[in-house]
Amino acid sequence: MAEAAKSRAEAPERLPTWPDEIYRVLKDAGIRQVAMVPDAGHSRLIRSFEADPETRVVTLTTEEEGVAMLAGAWLGGERGVLLLQSSGVGNCINMLSLPVICHMPLLMIVTMRGDWGEFNPWQIPMGQGTRPSLEAIGVIVNKVDEPHLVASTVQGAANLAFNTWKPVAVLIGQRVLGAKNFKELARK
Amino acid sequence: MSNPNALLHRRDVVNELLRDRADLLVIAGLGAPNWDVSAAGDHPNNFPLWGAMGGASMIGLGLALAQPKRKVLVITGDGEMLMNVGSLATIGVEAPKNLTIAVLDNERFGETGMQKTPTASGVDLAGIATACGIRTSRIVRTMTEVAELRDLAHEGRGTTFAQVKINPEALVFVMPPADGVILTTRFRQSVLGDEALFN
Repeated sequence: MAEAAKSRAEAPERLPTWPDEIYRVLKDAGIRQVAMVPDAGHSRLIRSFEADPETRVVTLTTEEEGVAMLAGAWLGGERGVLLLQSSGVGNCINMLSLPVICHMPLLMIVTMRGDWGEFNPWQIPMGQGTRPSLEAIGVIVNKVDEPHLVASTVQGAANLAFNTWKPVAVLIGQRVLGAKNFKELARK
Repeated sequence: MSNPNALLHRRDVVNELLRDRADLLVIAGLGAPNWDVSAAGDHPNNFPLWGAMGGASMIGLGLALAQPKRKVLVITGDGEMLMNVGSLATIGVEAPKNLTIAVLDNERFGETGMQKTPTASGVDLAGIATACGIRTSRIVRTMTEVAELRDLAHEGRGTTFAQVKINPEALVFVMPPADGVILTTRFRQSVLGDEALFN
């Protein structure tokens, strides 16, 4: 344990920096409401927002609640972000007709499963269906697969959403997040 | 009110909830609650839904958090509330003082042929809201109780939920503007001022 802590302390540059970068980007974009169903890929960003007295972090029972909540936030003059896993995109589809038909901004940051390196076959249908479903309902989709491009992709998506009043989703690929392998974990 | 067991009439209920509405902000769920709110008078501070079933209460939450000094009243139906009943858990945790949810419960999916909803079989929405931590949660059966609910909504002293038992009557449609951009823009302009048109 002490050895592990030591190796982490000696190699801080190995921690991904993009979660902290997108926290700054979202703060600069004026985000006040954070609606989320947690995903491991978002855990660091969620911790940053939870420690921030200026943002309200709302844990949802299903992701479509967040689409509706952020429509309400916009009606009341506040900006928000929806943090979700790709599987949760499927839960949102009909509710997305609300921002699409009302020309409301919506910024969704989606961490991918069923993508590069996936081990769990049950993640494949929704993972592969994420982009086409979002595009079918009218959400603009930007996917990012390189860690150093995550922050600029989120920044561009936030500008697009809030300046042109459109729903926009950023998909953060498993090349960025790293693919889980529960089978390896089970062998350990 | 000669017969205390008679079910309430939905438009009487909504007219009372919106009496002297001042700067109350109103979200109306799709279907008959939309027509009821519109029958009480079209208003820029109404956001009547024509779709997004299951979203009314959560739109109310986002709005209540964004506008903590204003009072937000969600008027929706039992089918709409049941579609995202998990929202009550989310709202129970967040507990904004300025949010009231009034469910007009006719125990029917009214727009699709008056099929029974789960409340017709005894599902207790007010009990669910209580169990989700919404302490002011009640079943409303009389106009006196509706008047109390109206005052709670206008005072905004704690998240409030009411399951208002109403007659399953089919009334003439009274429609607000259908275009989402018109509804959104006039609501934002009314609440936020002309600045809302520029950003």
